[in-house]
Amino acid sequence: MNILHVLFKTSIGKKVAMAVTGFILFGFVIGHLSGNLQIFAHPDKINGYAHLLESLGPALWVIRLFLIVTVVVHIWVAVQLTFENRAARPDGYQKQITLRATLASRYMRWSGFVVLAFIVYHILHFTVRVTHGPGAYPMTVLADGTVVRDVHSMMVLGFQNPLLATCYLISVGLLSWHLRHGLVSMFQSIGLRTRPWSRFLERVSVIFCVLYFLGNALIVVAAMTGQIRIQNPLVAGYACRDACDVCGAINTEAIVENVDVAKDNQS
Amino acid sequence: MNVKLRVWRQKNNDTEGGFENYEAKDLNPNMSFLEMLDVVNENLTDDGSDPIAFAYDCREGICGTCSCMIDGKPHGPETGVATCQTYMRSFKDGDTITVEPFKAKAFPIVKDLVTDREAFDKIQQAGGFVSVRTGAAPDANAIPIGKDIADLAMDAAACIGCGACVAACKNSSAMLFVSAKAGQLNLLPQGQPEKDTRVLNMVASMDEAGFGNCTNQYECSAACPKLISEEFFSKLNRDYMKASVKTLFKAKAL
Repeated sequence: MNILHVLFKTSIGKKVAMAVTGFILFGFVIGHLSGNLQIFAHPDKINGYAHLLESLGPALWVIRLFLIVTVVVHIWVAVQLTFENRAARPDGYQKQITLRATLASRYMRWSGFVVLAFIVYHILHFTVRVTHGPGAYPMTVLADGTVVRDVHSMMVLGFQNPLLATCYLISVGLLSWHLRHGLVSMFQSIGLRTRPWSRFLERVSVIFCVLYFLGNALIVVAAMTGQIRIQNPLVAGYACRDACDVCGAINTEAIVENVDVAKDNQS
Repeated sequence: MNVKLRVWRQKNNDTEGGFENYEAKDLNPNMSFLEMLDVVNENLTDDGSDPIAFAYDCREGICGTCSCMIDGKPHGPETGVATCQTYMRSFKDGDTITVEPFKAKAFPIVKDLVTDREAFDKIQQAGGFVSVRTGAAPDANAIPIGKDIADLAMDAAACIGCGACVAACKNSSAMLFVSAKAGQLNLLPQGQPEKDTRVLNMVASMDEAGFGNCTNQYECSAACPKLISEEFFSKLNRDYMKASVKTLFKAKAL
């Protein structure tokens, strides 16, 4: 029997396909959050990290393609399953009560839709960089003089917008909710939710989802309350004092000069 | 006690069905739900109308013939019992009770509250058995089986094949039935030789019958008159993937 046939044509195989792609995407969002949390360190940290990712070149595209394929498979199989499930009961009941299904499990499709819409916007916002005009995508220089995208300022600018911050919190909340059912389900679907640890798995999944949400919310709250501020003088509109060695950063002129030189080199 | 009934009436699978209202009067609260239907049917027959068709056999909760979605839950409001052991004392005087047949594409309606659950028989025929030599009965305990395994296999074997799992599932998935029937044999030494073909064939038969897919909400387990655990799915999923991967690498027979 062909393994592709099993994964995409049989009921249990499709659930396994959902579980495996779900697990990859879960790994991705955890990695993404870990990256984001670097915003609490010096701006050079997250800017340098973003630069490192961008400079991966072809490898970055391999990773991106892999993730896109994973998302497409996850959605495609979900759509297939939904249509099959609807066809399995053409005429519904007049009255049916819910016995033990969790709310998260009953609204997986809706939380999934919102998260998908969010991902599309998020990519347009930060990867394609077309949603907010050139002012929202500043450059800066690292301590070693490399000119890089100022992701730190991009994030803080984004979260200072109350509408964006609210939408972000809702989307991340729904993603955590989606994972609350998805995490336990993926273990069940590949047959690893066994009696000795099923309760433990359930509890740990809930804790994980709450922590995931709080981790993301922490960044939003910190940006909105001014705990993390824009530190790029070009964006903030103020200059650092010359010869100040509090943070060792370079003054406005130095940044402007470096960015100009970089632009000249590019053109 | 008196209750009002809203019962699904349908001549056969080719005609449209609809609800009819009936009143059941002067009931003894200790009547079973099926006995209450008997009383209603007796009155209907006396009036010269068609009695309500419903499925039953043993009326002691072990044959799996009785069905019915009663007030939105298979087998009625109580936990862990079949319709035949649901008693009128579980309802209040003056209640309106909605009674529908089990509904699924794989369970076509025969008449009124009777559905054809032959799809389950086909799944069983696909792999819900062990092939043994006939002859003298083997010695008891000739094959040692641990108590925990024996207990677990017994839990799965409690399935009476009534179809409440399919009826309760919003996707009409038969996973609880298949996982119990396959699991009971796959847990025991006697079931090992045919383990892989069993899961592959039973799942193929389940898919072919038009049952939906599991969403891991476990409504089935809550509705099951034998309260069979959803943990058997996990075993079925594991056994199924193992069998699929093994088939991929297995040498072909000469």
